[in-house]
Amino acid sequence: MNELLARAGPDEPMHRVRLLPCGDLATLVELPPDAGVLEFRADVAALGLAGVGELVPAARTLLVHHSAARGPVVRAALVTLPLRKPDPIATTTAPVQVSVHYDGADLSGVADEIGCSVEAVIAQHQDPTYIVAFCGFAPGFAYLLGLPSALHLPRLATPRTLVPAGSVAIAGEYSAVYPRESPGGWRLLGRTAATLWDADLDPPAVLTPGRAVRFVAA
Amino acid sequence: MIEIVAPGPLATIQDRGRPGYAHLGVGLSGAADREALDRANRLVGNDAAAAAIEVTLGGLAIRLPSPTTVALTGAECGGAPGWDVAVTLPAGSRFALDVPRAGLRSYLAVRGGIAVPAVLGSRSTDTLGGLGPPPLRAGDLVPTGSAIAGRVSGEVATAPAHPPALRVVLGPRADWFKRKAVTALTGSVWTVRPESSRAGVRLMGPELKRKVTTELASEPTVPGALQVPMSGMPILLGPDAPVTGGYPVIAVVHSHDLDAAGQLRPGDQVRFHLW
Repeated sequence: MNELLARAGPDEPMHRVRLLPCGDLATLVELPPDAGVLEFRADVAALGLAGVGELVPAARTLLVHHSAARGPVVRAALVTLPLRKPDPIATTTAPVQVSVHYDGADLSGVADEIGCSVEAVIAQHQDPTYIVAFCGFAPGFAYLLGLPSALHLPRLATPRTLVPAGSVAIAGEYSAVYPRESPGGWRLLGRTAATLWDADLDPPAVLTPGRAVRFVAA
Repeated sequence: MIEIVAPGPLATIQDRGRPGYAHLGVGLSGAADREALDRANRLVGNDAAAAAIEVTLGGLAIRLPSPTTVALTGAECGGAPGWDVAVTLPAGSRFALDVPRAGLRSYLAVRGGIAVPAVLGSRSTDTLGGLGPPPLRAGDLVPTGSAIAGRVSGEVATAPAHPPALRVVLGPRADWFKRKAVTALTGSVWTVRPESSRAGVRLMGPELKRKVTTELASEPTVPGALQVPMSGMPILLGPDAPVTGGYPVIAVVHSHDLDAAGQLRPGDQVRFHLW
């Protein structure tokens, strides 16, 4: 069961969400740290408000596209919507298994930096069940939450001009798989041959927000 | 069918874009000057969803192997068989567009639309996301289709006047900047830098200084957003911008002025005022 965190209404001066204007056709909703972005997205979608378009989640925010005319009504509804804690079990189905060859260019560097063996880095990376928090940066690039805190490292100071497609990488609190060849500053642990993005399919992405993911050694 | 003799600096196929997939990291893409695309399609009697060729700084040269009805709109170029009007050209016709005197992007619609395969519901080239057809090259044979909605227009269309200053809505992160940054944004003349692209128009002017210097967690953005990286020089995000960004957005250009933003060309000067 999800715990009801708070109901921010007109009679309560302390709103828990912040509504930030994003032009005349969208509103950015900033959620408090303990509220689930994907849960909020599902609840906004369930309202079925007229004039609401795409709902785009990110780390701590949800972008709500809406018509200019319906903006005030939509914002009023967003402010009064109850917040829920993240609930991975309710939002996911069986985890997607991603087979990884752990031979990434940064694997030994990561091990050195956190002071453990390469085997320990691999074991820690494989340990959790990850959740797709949101997509961004490039089509099909999914930000996976769940990385053990020991592996939280900043991006490379100098990004690579070319990261191969299928590279399995980490940066900050996230892991990700590069869906196609692109520049990138994440630390590369390995690569997968799995096709996680195909623009000719609908949906084109396997890793959609809310999906659970497990990395296994190939 | 159209034969591309020369593409100019950049010619891509564009329609109204690829909405509905932002949550999967897919940008909107589509024509940078939407109204000019719509006008060109209307003139040749196309469906509003038809794809056309977006020409950047002129330079496009084409040959028509069969009789074809075309319309050109947007940044007006010399060398065209007509502007803001539908013209039917005989087989074997050729024309080459000069560099426009003002503006950046011109649109060539052909009756029936450009019929390359759609990717995720759109024929648009997303230059940054790598979706849709690649930019046009010399020798390409571009297929035309049957996206016809009505008769060819006999009228000369009127291009709307673009505003001298672009209207902006402050936020979502205006409060991350010093108060002076907001007055600098609206009180200064900004120059468009040459590194601009369909992903973003890079602007040069006074540094927009931040009050909050912590790192921003990635958040969704929209075309028209004025994103400010550490340099303090804003980037006006274009149709091919990524759907999330890690730099604060000080203000967003009003949707009515996005087409004008799509015509900003390197060296142009632009002002912003509060909507």
